Amino acid sequence: MASQEILREEPSRGSFVNDPRIRSLFFQTLVVIVLFGSVWWIVQNVIDNLQRLHIASGFGFLKGRAGFDISDTPIAYTSDSTYGRAIIVGLINTIIVAVAGIITATIIGFVIGIGRLSQNWLIQKICTVYVEIFRNIPPLLVIFFWYSGVLAVLPAPRDSYHLPFGSFLNQRGFYFPRAVWGEGSWLILVALVVALAMAWFVARTARQRQMATGQQFPVFWTSVALIVGLPLLAYVLSGFPLSFDLPKQSTFNLTGGFQVKPEFLSLYLALSCYTAAFIAEIVRAGIRGVSKGQTEAAAALGLRSGSILRLVVVPQAMRIVIPPLTSQYLNLTKNSSLAIAIGYPDLTATAGTVLNQTGQAVEGVLIMMIAYLILSLVTSAVMNVVNARMALVER
Amino acid sequence: MKHIAIGILGAATLGLMASAASAGTLDTVKAKGFIQCGVSTGLAGFSAPDDKGDWQGIDADFCRAVAAAVFGDGTKVKFTPLSAKERFTALQSGEVDILSRNTTWTINRDTALGLNFIGTTYYDGQGFMINAKKLPGVNSALQLSGAAVCVQSGTTTELNLADYFKANKMEYNPVVFEKLEEVNAAYDAGRCDVYTTDQSGLYGIRLTLGSPADHVVLPEIISKEPLGPAVRQGDDQWYHIVKWTYFALLDAEELGITKANVDEMKNSASPEIKRVLGQEADTKIGTDLGVSNDWVVNIVKATGNYGEMFDRNVGSGSPLKIARGINALWTKGGLQYAPPIR
Repeated sequence: MASQEILREEPSRGSFVNDPRIRSLFFQTLVVIVLFGSVWWIVQNVIDNLQRLHIASGFGFLKGRAGFDISDTPIAYTSDSTYGRAIIVGLINTIIVAVAGIITATIIGFVIGIGRLSQNWLIQKICTVYVEIFRNIPPLLVIFFWYSGVLAVLPAPRDSYHLPFGSFLNQRGFYFPRAVWGEGSWLILVALVVALAMAWFVARTARQRQMATGQQFPVFWTSVALIVGLPLLAYVLSGFPLSFDLPKQSTFNLTGGFQVKPEFLSLYLALSCYTAAFIAEIVRAGIRGVSKGQTEAAAALGLRSGSILRLVVVPQAMRIVIPPLTSQYLNLTKNSSLAIAIGYPDLTATAGTVLNQTGQAVEGVLIMMIAYLILSLVTSAVMNVVNARMALVER
Repeated sequence: MKHIAIGILGAATLGLMASAASAGTLDTVKAKGFIQCGVSTGLAGFSAPDDKGDWQGIDADFCRAVAAAVFGDGTKVKFTPLSAKERFTALQSGEVDILSRNTTWTINRDTALGLNFIGTTYYDGQGFMINAKKLPGVNSALQLSGAAVCVQSGTTTELNLADYFKANKMEYNPVVFEKLEEVNAAYDAGRCDVYTTDQSGLYGIRLTLGSPADHVVLPEIISKEPLGPAVRQGDDQWYHIVKWTYFALLDAEELGITKANVDEMKNSASPEIKRVLGQEADTKIGTDLGVSNDWVVNIVKATGNYGEMFDRNVGSGSPLKIARGINALWTKGGLQYAPPIR
């Protein structure tokens, strides 16, 4: 029994110097002190040097009149607005291009990713070539490709391409009719909301019925009929309140209608195409990661190949796909700062202009960093919620 | 991208600069053996690299003149091309010693940005350029309502543009780029109808377009743009050296001292010329400034006087062929006037 007693004995504590717990505490405290000390030293030096060089500092400049115009203003903005509002306009522009890009990149990515696993030789090769091209070109070049290679060589406003539904395409962008909502058009919106609620309810009831009885219900077509039919009915009943503002030729440009500028278009298309290539690879990996036995078992149950993909493979693949997908969404958001090269007024561009007009570089860069950090953290948080919902629920 | 890099670099430099040990710019410049001069990324007549890669133009020559005053050798200059957005951070953070980059002197830049403008080396004003072939009926800036206007971001031009269209109750679509080359390319490709910047710049840019003859500069001048070099605040000696280099260029022209005759002029009968050229017995004018007593001789030998610099780069001896106009000496009806060197 002597050996057991030795095992039970506490580790020897010759001195404090040899105690692992005290040592680890000591070194951790040291690191914290050094870290905070250097940060404090840098901040203090910045303040000292700014004062010594007589450079204005502080965030008071955000309330000053901006004095410059911005080409894309999703919220009301004129040159009389403040610097702070100019930065917010830029932030919203960044969010717009990031969200639009994320949605499009996800759709293209899934199509290409599944396409690479297709049995069809041609589809598979086309998808492979797509991935290999876009994955291996820097995003800035993809942006220039769309901006200088595709959109800049379109005709001048005078010789615009006439597209269906009164829309136009020229080197100044894509113009399409803008809907003008007349009196009573709120009814259409209400009808749409009601239709969406009803479609959701129908889908739920049908699902419950299928679970209980095995009987199926044509949910898709019913939903389409509801979502299209109800607003249409409201439109007719409220006396056709919708009219369209068509783009027209004027001295310099097309006026009226809605204009999507080439700067936005090229950035959006470039980010979508570029990130889609990475998403495609993630999707392919996710699908490959689902055991072949699952597909075979589903086939043995008599499911068709479309249903196997939709009901068995993709839900399991999603668990593998979502975490790396989050990184790609973050990359896309951060890559949107390349907008500066083609003059799309995103956060980097407008905050950069503010930085230059006020000369307050330290504050300007700090605002940009914090804004991108918050955007990324919000994206991560949303994706974590999605991930949690997709995770395997164990019973 | 680059301006952020410079911003961060600037922030980092400001952060890491040891605040106590801030030697004077003159000592730093002498120790490293050359002047770091911030210029544009390429504006014909002001600062643009020629086919051999040497920087040419009135702004580039000004830095050579300062180098001549400090080192007696106008070639001891290194040039840093800066975009409009990068320029002030580059000067503030000490990356360049002089900002000689067609920059407009404003009160905000003299105060809040911590700069000191040394004078106006070129009196300019903002104008508009259009493609007359594509827009035949337009002959005044007041007809530009609804036009797409190309402009460089972070400039006074951008602000004047907004003010002018607002004051005249006109609309416009701004098409804004960070770099001059990007604005040029967009205008040349027809992305916008109008190009706006300083008029001298418009004449320079017109030469670089696909078919210069198609483009006209509209008559309106919508702002005062006094362009001049700037230095950091808080170093009076360096400020005086750069400022008096500018005055020396003007005084040399006024006294008829040129690159060709400067050596003969040393023996001139005029006491004023002798004094300016440092030939007075026991003179201390140069050494009091912190340079050698023959500093004006060195300046004129390196770049010629102000008039020679002007003619060579933007005036009759250059492709731009801009008239002296208000940039003539005060004795000839212009605005260029320098205090006496005595």
